[in-house]
Amino acid sequence: MSEYLASIIIKSVAFVSFAVILLIFVFVFKEAIPQSTGDGTKVAQEELQSESYGDDISGAVDNTVTEVKTKHESEEGVQSIANLTGTEWQPVSLKPKFGLLPLFWGSFKVTLLGILMAFPLAVGAALYSITFAGRGFREILKPVIELLSGFPSVVIGFFALTTVASAVSSFFGVTYRLNAVVGGIALAITIVPIIFTVAEDALQSIPKHISEASLALGATKWQTAVFVILPAATPGIFAAFLLGFGRAFGETMIVLMATGNAATMSLNIFEPVRTLSATIGAEMAEVVFGDTHYSVLFLIGALLFVFTFSLNAIAEFWVRKRLLKKFQGSA
Amino acid sequence: MIRETVIKVENLNLYYGKKQALNNISIEMYKHNVTAFIGPSGCGKSTFLRVLNRMNDLIDGVKVDGKVIIENNDIYSPDIDVVELRKKVGMIFQKSNPFPKSIYENVAYGPRIMGIKDKNKLDEIVESKLKQAAIWDEVKDDLQKSGLSLSGGQQQRLCIARTLATEPEVILMDEPASALDPISTAKIEELIHELKREYSIIIVTHNMQQAARVSDFTAFFYLGTLIEYDKTKKIFTNPTVKQTEDYVTGRFG
Repeated sequence: MSEYLASIIIKSVAFVSFAVILLIFVFVFKEAIPQSTGDGTKVAQEELQSESYGDDISGAVDNTVTEVKTKHESEEGVQSIANLTGTEWQPVSLKPKFGLLPLFWGSFKVTLLGILMAFPLAVGAALYSITFAGRGFREILKPVIELLSGFPSVVIGFFALTTVASAVSSFFGVTYRLNAVVGGIALAITIVPIIFTVAEDALQSIPKHISEASLALGATKWQTAVFVILPAATPGIFAAFLLGFGRAFGETMIVLMATGNAATMSLNIFEPVRTLSATIGAEMAEVVFGDTHYSVLFLIGALLFVFTFSLNAIAEFWVRKRLLKKFQGSA
Repeated sequence: MIRETVIKVENLNLYYGKKQALNNISIEMYKHNVTAFIGPSGCGKSTFLRVLNRMNDLIDGVKVDGKVIIENNDIYSPDIDVVELRKKVGMIFQKSNPFPKSIYENVAYGPRIMGIKDKNKLDEIVESKLKQAAIWDEVKDDLQKSGLSLSGGQQQRLCIARTLATEPEVILMDEPASALDPISTAKIEELIHELKREYSIIIVTHNMQQAARVSDFTAFFYLGTLIEYDKTKKIFTNPTVKQTEDYVTGRFG
């Protein structure tokens, strides 16, 4: 009986968490829809309007005001759709501009910087850990690096904002204290543990007898690591790359604190950037509910969601299939 | 007939941590001969085989004392280059272990790490070594196929070709046919016969018929000790030690 009860409870807990995720998914996309279809803005406004009808005190005057406002804003909504692909992000203005390109640019710029710093470092560390490090050292190294991933991102953001930014500006003598490089360094700190862990597991999963074969042929440890173990672990290393990329792309607090948040499209890595995620983080709290701006922010959320979701899906499915295929022969 | 010694072992002891796995082993193995190590599981024959190219170095806590002399050098003296040693003393493992690379790359790996970059030279080596390992005819049409796509017996012969490509003098084989079907096993044994003309071969096997078929000399190990070492014919027909006789006649094992 208690067995049955336990299974029911566990089942429902699992179901609830699954349902919550699904509902979030639905909600984000539902809120984003008015923006992507165009006349959806009108629908949202009409709903708002009917609400104000119910208000007895406001009466006819208020009513007309809302009507005018609705008309104005829906026109604006249509205009802003054309602007979604624009190069300017000025959501709060008499003539708001919702160009997403600078935000995409900012996200990619700071993420790429982070990955460029973190990936070689993390993969190198993983390679060191499985080939050269003694057993004792490896047993310390791995948990310590993994511990890093438990750091609250706001702490890393604060560290970047104060220490890293000062170091970068005194070292490179930059115009803007907070810039993409500072954000990239902070992101690298957060994703090194992720890349390291996944890459280490991938390298570790390469059967011992393969590296033994290489060593028995008179290869050095280094040659074995680079020419045999690393190529065999490529799918796993690629998964590590994707997971790190996805994490960095979606990271909010760190980039919000460390990158300066100017929506520009410059190629200079020492200029501030504004990322998709930081835009949501910074603006969502002050946006008018149901407004075009509100919908655009949700659209950004939906885009981020789709992007990281597909990265994770690729990492999970493609890699698993590849790895299996690669080692089926030796099973 | 004068035999040339290829490996000479003197008073070798090996310890896993505090446990002694090999007791005071002295043995001489000869050039262009096949030497078989037989004995029940856990008798130390595979451990001893790995002593000969220092693959035991890879296991934590292994300590060796005594001398292993190959070409007038003690391979356990501190100034020996393990990498060079392993090029000279190749090894075939119990489980075939081709790299997850193409057939070509598997064989070319050894020469490549030794610094051979010339494509024609590599092609030549790959072809001649695959021929020598009696697998060329089966794979020549598609050298770019993954080594893992071959059958077990073919994989093992590919591994042999890969080892031959580093031009070793001695080839150690650790139960090379124990995971194979009888036909593949016969092919490997035939191959061993061919190879001993150019190489010295030391083979560990738990299959006594195999030892009798392929080897010129046989060493019988029991509980980490070398009980008897003599010509194969003598070991199997008229052993000196009672234990050897009991083992080869199947009274224990």
